[in-house]
Amino acid sequence: MSTISDPGAGNDGFRIGMLINDTRYRSYTFQFLALLALIFGIGYLISNLLANLAANGLNISWAFLGEPAGYDINQRPIEYTSQSTHARASIVGAINTLIVAFLACISATVLGIIAGVLRLSNNWIVSKLMSIYVEAFRNVPVLIWILIIFLAMSNAFPQPRDFRGDDPVASMWFDAVAFTNRGVYIPSFVNGEGSGIFWLVVLASIVGVFAYRRYARSLLYSTGRLLPTGWPSLAILIAPGLLAFFALGQPVSLQYPELRGFNFRDGIHLRLSLIALWFALAIYTGAFIAENVRAGIQAISKGQTEAAAALGMRPGRIMNLVILPQALRVIIPPLISQYLNITKNSSLAIAVGYMDITGTLGGITLNQTGRAIESILLLMLFYLIVSLSISAIMNVYNNSVKLKER
Amino acid sequence: MKKSVILGALTVAGLAAGAAGAATLDDVKARGTLNCGVTTGVPGFAEPDANGVWQGFDVAVCRAVAAAVLGDGNAVEFVPTTGKTRFTALASGEIDMLARNTTWTFSRDVDLKFEFTGVNYYDGQGFMVPKDLGVTSAKELDGATVCIQTGTTTELNLADFFRSNGISYEPVPIETGSEAVQLFTAGSCDVYTTDRSALAAQRANFANPDDYVVLPEVVSKEPLGPLVRHGDHEWGDIVRWTLNALITAEELGVTSDNISEMSMEAGNNPEINRLLGTEGTLGEMLGLDAEWAKRAIMVGGNYGEVFANNIGESTNIGLARGLNAQWTDGGLIYSPPFR
Repeated sequence: MSTISDPGAGNDGFRIGMLINDTRYRSYTFQFLALLALIFGIGYLISNLLANLAANGLNISWAFLGEPAGYDINQRPIEYTSQSTHARASIVGAINTLIVAFLACISATVLGIIAGVLRLSNNWIVSKLMSIYVEAFRNVPVLIWILIIFLAMSNAFPQPRDFRGDDPVASMWFDAVAFTNRGVYIPSFVNGEGSGIFWLVVLASIVGVFAYRRYARSLLYSTGRLLPTGWPSLAILIAPGLLAFFALGQPVSLQYPELRGFNFRDGIHLRLSLIALWFALAIYTGAFIAENVRAGIQAISKGQTEAAAALGMRPGRIMNLVILPQALRVIIPPLISQYLNITKNSSLAIAVGYMDITGTLGGITLNQTGRAIESILLLMLFYLIVSLSISAIMNVYNNSVKLKER
Repeated sequence: MKKSVILGALTVAGLAAGAAGAATLDDVKARGTLNCGVTTGVPGFAEPDANGVWQGFDVAVCRAVAAAVLGDGNAVEFVPTTGKTRFTALASGEIDMLARNTTWTFSRDVDLKFEFTGVNYYDGQGFMVPKDLGVTSAKELDGATVCIQTGTTTELNLADFFRSNGISYEPVPIETGSEAVQLFTAGSCDVYTTDRSALAAQRANFANPDDYVVLPEVVSKEPLGPLVRHGDHEWGDIVRWTLNALITAEELGVTSDNISEMSMEAGNNPEINRLLGTEGTLGEMLGLDAEWAKRAIMVGGNYGEVFANNIGESTNIGLARGLNAQWTDGGLIYSPPFR
């Protein structure tokens, strides 16, 4: 019992020798010494590295980040010119990485859940089709998929100038969307006066839909009354927005892409490199997520399905209300690592010239400044921070769905 | 103590590298072949022909050096290198010399510790467009999509050119030259930009070369030449003066046709005599025999013949001499005197 009493409050006081002789302190002493040795060891290695780098004329310096980059980037989510600094070029690259990672994570999840559920379908054709999808995409390297999609689109889609002339070879879809071998051009929103209010209304109706569904569920659980959710959700989503749109005098309009000079102008340009990278990452990782989903569903005892069916539930409701909520506990942890894979695999962007952070900081900046060690360190730091953030967010979600044992 | 061990190891490695570097000539002679770094394939400059034999303008420099040193222009081991691996291959001693469309720049010469032994092609960055685009000057390219090989100086030259002319463009960075050509011919970009010699060379391999034109603008200086490791001056001298021998031979009218005749006995022109070893001891000073330059010239002819046979106007690459004419014809090709 004495070993767990407060060490400082002993009757016989504290002597230096007790650090070694007393079992209460001995382990702390050794751990402290080991920690010191570790710190000095690492410190020595770092100073040795720096000294040797300096001896070879390779001083670690971050000054290059403040110098003008001198090169242009095609996809610029924030303002950037060739006169901006290398630091700004790195930030542009970082945002481009996050854009493609976000898009790919969402699409891969949707694709994976659909394919995973359908692979367990009783319909032979559907389940076999999904098996083929999973096996085909999972077993070919993602780099190959990126290149296949990129080359296929650059050769199959028409050039922008094929859209020109009185009898053009190609034409736009609904005069609004142009598929070219330089990417897809879609209309963009032009915000006029009062557009802020319109977007607020739209945002409020989305929140409203969730609030309504929550209310319907609590009503179901407390009284057993089942409210319809389909058409009221749709109505809440659309009606206020439409009303506001016309009441405010159509503040938001669409700007259509238009062929001017060498390329389409206006509208939003989804570049070929972005689409290739996004689709390849989505279908490749989607195949893995499909397997996670299938594993999660099969982990739920068949008795659950049978019990729900015995209560008279329809197959769709069984999946949505009984199976998936339980399966999520098994699905979420491997899903986190798939999201991390997408983020890290997005560095393959260089293969199709998508200017992510590996292309800017780890590519052109590194090549032009020769600051390889600094650039690679920053790159590692960036991917580490992003990956840890994704893990943290997904772990919060995992805690909210996992089985709560009281 | 650990530090001293590491430093000791570094010193030993440094000594070993120094020793290896100082004896490139002996290494090449002992090996019996010259290891020469070339591109992975640029038509006209360095590319294996249908029989797998390397041919081209840069390859000719390798063969001339091999002939001068080893007496056999075919005693060359060609090592294909990429833009990223070329300097490591040379620095590590994997190759004895690099003859690979490499621009002579301050930082490569000084910082990367290499020695450029001359310029065998004066190049500059240019633009290629499809002919039916109707563009005649790069200044008309406002808003165009430009394919560009990433990780090279062309990226910076391009940004500077468009900025100084106040016009916009959409860069499409591509990892390799062949992929960029593929996108360009598919029409994914309006313009393809790289060194003008490479543009002409790659255009020659297109299905319809006449459908594409190279625009007149030259937006950068790219002196291309062979290079060796810093520190081995004897070897550097051999490569430098072999190239100079080819250039001088053209200037003095020594060709592969008349060289046997001229080298039989000393003639009236003392410089030809010194070059071909019928007079003086220039070969001995280099650590070679008297006929080193004669052999180098006999492999592929003088500089002018090498140019004409590989990339000249009669070949399908079709490059004019331009800046690469002899200084006596208004070009920049100029060799110090042989004396």
